[in-house]
Amino acid sequence: MALVTPDNHGLRLWTRYAVLLLVAVIFIFPLLFMAMSSLKPDQQLLSDTNSLRAFLPVGDISFQNYSDAFDRAPIGVFVMNSVLITGATVLLTLFVCSLAAFSFVFLDWAGRGLIFSVLLATLIVPYESIFIPMLLMVSQLPWIGFEGLEWGWLNTYRVQIIPFIADGLTIFLFVQYFKDLPRELIEASRVEGASWWMIYRRVVMPLSGPVIATAAILKFLFMYNQYLWPLMVVQAEEIRPVMVGLGYFTDQLNVPWGEVMAYLTIITIPVLAFYLSLQRMFIASVASTGVKG
Amino acid sequence: MKMTPVLAAILSTGVAGGAVAQTELSLWYHGAGSANAEEALVNQLVEEFNASQSDWAVVLETFPQGAYNDAVGAAALAGELPDILDVDGPVMPNWAWAGYMQPLGIDEAKLEGFLPGPIGRWNGEVYSVGLWDAAVAMTTRRSTLEDNGIRVPTLDAPWSLEEFNGALATLAATGDYEFPLDLGMAWTGEWYPYAFSPFLQSFGGDIVDRSTYQSAEGVLNGDAALAFGEWWQSLFTNGYTPGTSQDAADRETGLLDGKYAIAWNGNWAALPVVEAFGDDALFLPAPDFGNGATIGAASWQFGVSGTSDNPDGARAFIEFALQDRWFSAFSDGTGLIPVTSTAAANTANYKPGGALEVFYGLSEAQALVRPVTPGYIVSAKVFEKALADIANGADVADTLDAAVDEIDADIEANGGYGH
Repeated sequence: MALVTPDNHGLRLWTRYAVLLLVAVIFIFPLLFMAMSSLKPDQQLLSDTNSLRAFLPVGDISFQNYSDAFDRAPIGVFVMNSVLITGATVLLTLFVCSLAAFSFVFLDWAGRGLIFSVLLATLIVPYESIFIPMLLMVSQLPWIGFEGLEWGWLNTYRVQIIPFIADGLTIFLFVQYFKDLPRELIEASRVEGASWWMIYRRVVMPLSGPVIATAAILKFLFMYNQYLWPLMVVQAEEIRPVMVGLGYFTDQLNVPWGEVMAYLTIITIPVLAFYLSLQRMFIASVASTGVKG
Repeated sequence: MKMTPVLAAILSTGVAGGAVAQTELSLWYHGAGSANAEEALVNQLVEEFNASQSDWAVVLETFPQGAYNDAVGAAALAGELPDILDVDGPVMPNWAWAGYMQPLGIDEAKLEGFLPGPIGRWNGEVYSVGLWDAAVAMTTRRSTLEDNGIRVPTLDAPWSLEEFNGALATLAATGDYEFPLDLGMAWTGEWYPYAFSPFLQSFGGDIVDRSTYQSAEGVLNGDAALAFGEWWQSLFTNGYTPGTSQDAADRETGLLDGKYAIAWNGNWAALPVVEAFGDDALFLPAPDFGNGATIGAASWQFGVSGTSDNPDGARAFIEFALQDRWFSAFSDGTGLIPVTSTAAANTANYKPGGALEVFYGLSEAQALVRPVTPGYIVSAKVFEKALADIANGADVADTLDAAVDEIDADIEANGGYGH
């Protein structure tokens, strides 16, 4: 039988910390490279890539790239658009998909097994493969707005939000989580006379923090990183999101790498802030469901 | 019904307003974020056109260049093309063939005196016109050549293949440079067919057979193309030029820093050379490898979309832009080449005695547009990959044969592209 002595306990601890440190370095260094490079002129940035200087704030350091990036593109507009589009989609997705999952798990209706299977099948269809039919559809859809009935959703916020509200993955996550909730809670609530809406709102959702965090983070990342869809459906600069804005920093021949890094640093901040705010619940959910982000 | 004075006043205002209202024309432009004067000049052009007449009001929408062609393709699918498009010259035939554009329909007398590159023709009709062009040159220093006993070539007597190879060998032997020649391998994409297909053409080959546009067989893998391929590969195996892993920073400043003796570069990069070297700066014509000396031509141009409801207005805008004062203004703002000699005379850099005057002459004498076919957008990428592979050591004949197969398959898959 192996004995845990103070010596090998310390060794194991140090080994564990060394592995964790190595993993942390692997994940942190790209971010560090991005942030440090955003402070350097292009020529120094490129020459520093040959050494560890790439990760250090050394040489000719300034915020000039940030100033130039703001001159080149309306970054504030792009970030606000992405936050608005992503935030709205995340909130609506959580509401719609959790309701759908609630129905699949707790309500008894004909054909739910079949429909859930079809829903699962949609997980293997990449969005990019259906973008063209989606484009043709949204270009013909009606909308009733302040100016009455109009046709076509192109060049609007709604065309960047509504098609992505309902998705199979989020419903699947909620279904898996709801299945593990104690049925006794639901049955007791029914006996007490609670409506299904009240059970959803007062019993199920308050217990679903981890899956809400997981679904929110996954959806946030998907929406924030959208490039092809907004490129296809949005022409007006004032409603462009951040990823399309990245195109402002490349032309046919030259790429101002310092400005690119400054732009990437700026647009990474909302992602990090959102992830860090939900990190604890996300980890709890991953630990309990095995879902990987 | 008796009309009240108030109602009558509202209606009359509306009618009067309708009579003077300008019809909106949408214009899509590729240069968002270009960080130079081009976008500001396009804005100025639009403002002056809108103020110059009462029928049309152009509304400008700018796109980042990297996303522009995809955005146009998506808009065409959705039936949402604008009235006026700007289009990269070699891409125009594809858009015309696909119905994204319609013939310009302007009086061709207005195009007299233009450089050849900025006029976009497809199937015998003009579809697009540019306000500027670009040109490339062998950029070096007079002292570099004279100190090493290398002849300074001229438009009438460019370097031959033997002279050019000899010059590179001489410069390499000095040991003064990391590489005697910088081809700009750090740049990718359209730079390859734009900058390097003229070498192939000068050898007697081409990307596709221009007599039929139905095949690349014999022109991209014939004897002339094989000779070109062998020579191209020798530039890298002899260590005359940096390969595909060239540092982008070196491409920018390698000539100025003394790392390279000669750089194959465009007029857009010429002013820093003049500033650095003064009268010692030289911009030389492309070598003649046996079949004439050529350089690429055709930059961004304006055209009318195929679905525009107001082609008259779109045409009016483009005609308004075709004035020497705009050619000069864009040239002064961006450093690009004005499309007429009369406009060039009024620019800072291209007037007689101007620092970049030589580039106008290069455009006039050596410009050859890239293959005028809808299939160019595919064959250009095939050509780029083939040249990069050969530069990296791939077998020349096999690589060019494979490129021909790929180009021919694409032409066949698209029914010959309407030729």
